[in-house]
Amino acid sequence: MKIRLPLILVLVTGIVGALPFIIPHGIAQSFDNEFRNSILRIIAAFSLVLGVGSIVRHHTYKIKWKRENWQYSWILLISLVITSIIGLFGGIEGTGALPTSVRGFSFDIQTIFVYMAIPLGATMFAMLSFFMASAAYRAFRARNFEATLLLIAAFIMMLGSVPLSSYIFPRLPGFAEWILTVPNTAAKRGMGFGIALGSLATSLKIILGIERGWLGGTK
Amino acid sequence: MNVATNPWIWVSAILTLGIFSFLYKENPFYRVCEHLFVGISNGYSITFVWHRVLMPALIDPVAQGQRLWLIPIAIVGALYFTRFIPKVSWLVRIPIAIVMGYGAGASIPRAIDASIVQQVRATIITRSTFESVYNGIWAVVILVGVIATISYFFFSRERKGIFKPLSYTGIIFIMLGFGASFGYTVMARISLLIGRLTFLLRDWLGLIR
Repeated sequence: MKIRLPLILVLVTGIVGALPFIIPHGIAQSFDNEFRNSILRIIAAFSLVLGVGSIVRHHTYKIKWKRENWQYSWILLISLVITSIIGLFGGIEGTGALPTSVRGFSFDIQTIFVYMAIPLGATMFAMLSFFMASAAYRAFRARNFEATLLLIAAFIMMLGSVPLSSYIFPRLPGFAEWILTVPNTAAKRGMGFGIALGSLATSLKIILGIERGWLGGTK
Repeated sequence: MNVATNPWIWVSAILTLGIFSFLYKENPFYRVCEHLFVGISNGYSITFVWHRVLMPALIDPVAQGQRLWLIPIAIVGALYFTRFIPKVSWLVRIPIAIVMGYGAGASIPRAIDASIVQQVRATIITRSTFESVYNGIWAVVILVGVIATISYFFFSRERKGIFKPLSYTGIIFIMLGFGASFGYTVMARISLLIGRLTFLLRDWLGLIR
């Protein structure tokens, strides 16, 4: 029961997922639309419980057992609770039951997202440019012909993307564009076939119950 | 110099500097910002799922007495909570099975169509490909590149004869592709960095226009 029921469900829903592409009839299409937009959407929404639950549990344990840097877990939990309360009761545009504006100063969820989450995320990714440059400096050595090709392609792409390059070599932006649209497309397309066949095989293995890693054990 | 008076701009600027402080070394200021980011992002996700998915798709119609058949669906979704109750934690496999089964099933025809059929169609050379001479030449280069790249990943045969230079040509295409992808990714990160620096110097400190 604990194993067989999920395996039967995965087989049935797998067939349901693939059928609308094989049966283009209106009934099959509208059933697929309803299944995707109502049933699956609702069930998938609840999966957030797993992510948030795991984070809360991890940081609660960290605080309870005073693990290394446990103090910061308070910041995470408090910010999570405050943001959730503001968002759930204040509404997305601050139109909910909870007032999210005091004397013209608004602190609704959208404002928090724009002025806190977006700068934090953008800076986090912007900082990657420094680490990529440092990693590239250490790893990229023109040891052989292939490594030199990679280096040159990367250099041309980077130089060709800045306006200054067209003043130095007028044809460089065009050449960078060519690398991106011709050799890059060929390599990506060739690898894409392998990736597609791999994902096909994995999907079939999941539907047929050969791949059972997602069950999280056999008990 | 025209320093911002909006308190939210100050909050953004302090958080930006907090993350950038990691470039010096790992420090408490960075750690606070990092944990704040995870907390706020999760809080926003909860809000978004509640207001944009659960309210319109489930709670509103059921509260109006319509689509009552969604109640058992919600119960199936709620089985995700059983993950945290050891005795019945196996029940979490039911919603996972439904979502994953559908995803796997739907991805099979999509992968065949988008990643195989359409890509083969785009690679095939026809007479119309040569309507423009340059387009025709580059189409031939792409065709050779695709075959060479595939041959490089074909490990079921020893690399000798025609197979050897073909797979070597594949490496050349792959290296050019990886180099281009790397350069493109670096430039995307650089543009983000420019965005953050512009924010600090223009929106916060008012040093540039």
